[in-house]
Amino acid sequence: MDRLAFDVAHVLAGSLVLVSFMLLYQERMYALLNVFALQAVLLSLSVAWQAYLQDAPHLYVTAAIALGFKAIAIPVALRTIVQRLHIYRAIETVVGVGPTMLAGIALVTLSIGVMLPVTAEADVLAREDLAFALAVILLGLLMMVSRRNAVSQVVGFMSLENGLILAATGAKGMPLVVEISVAFSVLIAFIVIGIFLFRIRERFDTVDVQVVDSFRGGRP
Amino acid sequence: MNPAMFPTGTLLVQAVLLVPAVAAALLALIPGYRITARLNVLASLLTLAAAAALFRERPETGLFLVVDDVNVVFIVLNAFVGFTTSVFSASYIAHELETGRLTPASVRFYHAMYQVLMGAMNLALVANNIGLMWVAVEMATLTTVVMVGIYRTHEALEAAWKYFILGSVGIGLALFGTIIVYLAAKNVVGEGLDAMAWTTLVGTAAALDPNLLNLAFLFLLLGYGTKIGLAPLHAWLPDAHAEGPTPISAVLSGLLLNVALFALLRFKMVMAGNPGALAPGPLMVTMGLSSLLFSAFMLYRRHDIKRMFAYSSIEHMGIITFAFGMGGALANFAGLLHMTMHSLTKSAIFFAVGHIAQVKGTQRIQEIRGLTESHPLLGWGLVLGVFAIAGMPPMGVFMSEFLVVSSTFARQPLLAVPLVAGLLLAFAALLMHLHGIAFGKAHGGTAPVHASYVPLFAHLGLVLTAGIFIPGPVVAWFQHVAALLR
Repeated sequence: MDRLAFDVAHVLAGSLVLVSFMLLYQERMYALLNVFALQAVLLSLSVAWQAYLQDAPHLYVTAAIALGFKAIAIPVALRTIVQRLHIYRAIETVVGVGPTMLAGIALVTLSIGVMLPVTAEADVLAREDLAFALAVILLGLLMMVSRRNAVSQVVGFMSLENGLILAATGAKGMPLVVEISVAFSVLIAFIVIGIFLFRIRERFDTVDVQVVDSFRGGRP
Repeated sequence: MNPAMFPTGTLLVQAVLLVPAVAAALLALIPGYRITARLNVLASLLTLAAAAALFRERPETGLFLVVDDVNVVFIVLNAFVGFTTSVFSASYIAHELETGRLTPASVRFYHAMYQVLMGAMNLALVANNIGLMWVAVEMATLTTVVMVGIYRTHEALEAAWKYFILGSVGIGLALFGTIIVYLAAKNVVGEGLDAMAWTTLVGTAAALDPNLLNLAFLFLLLGYGTKIGLAPLHAWLPDAHAEGPTPISAVLSGLLLNVALFALLRFKMVMAGNPGALAPGPLMVTMGLSSLLFSAFMLYRRHDIKRMFAYSSIEHMGIITFAFGMGGALANFAGLLHMTMHSLTKSAIFFAVGHIAQVKGTQRIQEIRGLTESHPLLGWGLVLGVFAIAGMPPMGVFMSEFLVVSSTFARQPLLAVPLVAGLLLAFAALLMHLHGIAFGKAHGGTAPVHASYVPLFAHLGLVLTAGIFIPGPVVAWFQHVAALLR
């Protein structure tokens, strides 16, 4: 395989892992969303590079979805939610940044330790991609469990999903990748709508159904 | 149209998928509760008819869809419970509209989502492509999430949110497992759709890289295991059952858990075909037993009637996973039978519980007392249902639990000890709660109930019949499937 092709893919996948680490220690909502958008851009580049390498034009669709939906639309929507609900600094962590980062390092070591020996027969590109993808997935999981706030949990889930898309595109010639990325986009859109409703309930801080009903425009 | 181009089998499998899809679109457009409730029942009936006919006429196996001896059982069970639940749902929803808990708009949404859910579950069952199966399970999860949150109360939204997050993580992990399975298959059968077709995977299982398969199965077990509700991944299940509309609790317990289990079984069959791969049995046995024991203890201190039966579902999914984990013809047979019995019984219980919660105006066990006195038919229906689910003879659940226990005794006597302990603990807990709910001085609302008793007693009748006598052809069919499952 072309040395350059491999290096570029490696750099892109590696920087996805790096950005996952950056997500772990963000303390402000806007910064968190910006870093997530950066990860989505990197994912989009990585997918586009795979599309070029594998000569698989349908993967460009996945790359476009990553760029348009995850790097632009979703961060903008979440930003609106943050603004409306005034939760700029509301990131509550369950454990401190230090232990979280250590756990993250352990998870990356684990995923590389697990994936590389197992995939000895697969081609080099897929191997490295898969190991990095698993690292991104586990870091996303870590973020979901180490944060209490709904918006940052969603960001954690989306970064987990970035890892899945990376893995799916790394598996050469895998069918249905585009369909799966569309399915995920629908899922995330639902989550973002859900978060909005959920946060509305939290704001009113009451179990009175009438309040939400009047907010929704009222009904008899 | 040339009939040779569209053989009956293909038409039938398309009907199983398209009838719910078309019905969902219609239900979303048509206003008016009466028409939509009937249309919902009619669509479910048509789906059931098409599913039943699949026994006779099969489509040719394609790269996307397959109907084989294994999944046809699941499809028919799915369509049957889907149909009876739609009948129950009609009377349940009418009451919710009267009391104003649901608006006409949300009922319209509910009916459309019900059909989307049925279609998604059918797609997951007939999918031959493991990616397509994953998409279908995800779709089914999504529709149930929005239905769990349909009451818009704080608790309902919180339950939906929890279900959402945990379910999404689960299906995320399952997708990673699916990708690794594809990687393993790609090296053997080459790139493309063939490497994702389940039939090809089973056919070439022996040639696949065992290490990749092991890793994949771990992710699949965790991923689909979350959806099955196996402890310790079950946290979403009690909330989702307690806060959603009761017909959805019935479908969740009776069907969606089965669909997730079915997905896992498909992969278990691939694992079993590879001599070098890790045996999936012990993992499933461990998770099954821990779910059983955990939920048996949790059953004692329940205050919410729907939550209690949700824990009972975890218990029974544990037993079923345990049985399939044991493997072999007898244990698989017992697992299949138990799955069928559990689906029928648990949905019947939820039919009763739905009406009970409506007439009493509460789901708190403390406030539901003396039901057999205030509402004899409903009360005795619940008593029968709980007797059945607790495993009292001569109900069908007793029969299947007996088979699970005896096959375990025959092969691993030590494993039978915690199994029996769990069963007895759960039995005692259920009867303890039932005593207060059903007997004693009547308490709470005594308003007459407009219940649909037909689905409730039809299910219980079937369970009772199965406990006494199962027709020969059914036994033969289940034995055949059990042998296929390995």
